[in-house]
Amino acid sequence: MPDGTIAAHDEHQGHHHPALQHHFQDLDQQHEASTLGMWLFLVTEVMFFGGLILAYTLYRVWYPTAWALGSEELNIYLGGFNTIVLIGSSLTMALAVRSAQTGAQRATVGWLLLTMALGLTFLIVKFFEYREKFLTGHVPGPNFRFEGPEAPHVQIFFSLYFALTGVHALHMVIGLGLMTVITIMSYRKRFSPEWYTPVELGGLYWHFVDIVWIFLFPLLYLVDRSHHIV
Amino acid sequence: MSGHVSPKSTYFTIFGALMVCTILTVLAAFVNLGDLNFPVALTIAVFKATLVVLFFMHVKYGSKLTKLIVGTAFFFLGIMLTLTLSDYLSRGWFTSARGSTSAASITNITGPLTTGARPLEPTPQNNSPK
Repeated sequence: MPDGTIAAHDEHQGHHHPALQHHFQDLDQQHEASTLGMWLFLVTEVMFFGGLILAYTLYRVWYPTAWALGSEELNIYLGGFNTIVLIGSSLTMALAVRSAQTGAQRATVGWLLLTMALGLTFLIVKFFEYREKFLTGHVPGPNFRFEGPEAPHVQIFFSLYFALTGVHALHMVIGLGLMTVITIMSYRKRFSPEWYTPVELGGLYWHFVDIVWIFLFPLLYLVDRSHHIV
Repeated sequence: MSGHVSPKSTYFTIFGALMVCTILTVLAAFVNLGDLNFPVALTIAVFKATLVVLFFMHVKYGSKLTKLIVGTAFFFLGIMLTLTLSDYLSRGWFTSARGSTSAASITNITGPLTTGARPLEPTPQNNSPK
């Protein structure tokens, strides 16, 4: 931008924050609008996962035995470990946002890197869970193998298992990408207590992904551990 | 900027509560509560999600407009789940041994079951022991 433009602009409005876009009154209004936009996106995400969970619930009502058998095949230790890891990553993300709010940029970078490390841990564990499913023939399709009369219905359970956890894992990969950008921005000292909107919005996204897993863990791993059904 | 800064202790407390709830949900799953296992697991999950939304996602300190938008998400999710399940779960409730509607209703109940299962019927080689 030529110097003259800035000077002319400053005559009208005085000094303003470089992050403030000109169609907003002030940073507060801009932040409010950004947060609201992010939440609108998350509303669509709630409906997206909600549809899958509705399908899950209907089939579970129809085939309770198959759900009990399928769930028993999942590793409760790995699922539980991943739950702790992901909730832990939500804590570090919340602390990253807090550091950005208070202007502690080095701490922000540290917490973001820790969050990414925990997210990566989750995905690595998920990889080994998927690998085990491929090796035992529990992946829906022509090579699906399962003993007993409930096999076709257990296949539906595993279809929903892969759909739900797969889409969730995809969200985590996207989240890691977003966080890489935010971490670089933070490392270059782009944020301040006046403006840290990308950290805040990245946090909202990451916490949403955590919430999805909070539902997926009991829905997939803990169906009939008390052997009420089988 | 007017963003609310929560004390660190708030975040650690919420994390602790989420961990306790995770342990509770695992323990509850191993206790035979009959048909209540599913509702109990869902209740704990909803409680955990509420903690995350209010404290980690700062909705507790957000504007009324933000709260309204968040509310609509769960309101419409509720409509989708309630209306769909009130159809599927209530099928067969009002059928009697006699009466012309019963046969049609039973067809409706078994309809999705059989059509859902047929394309996935395993062929013998798929089901053979490894």
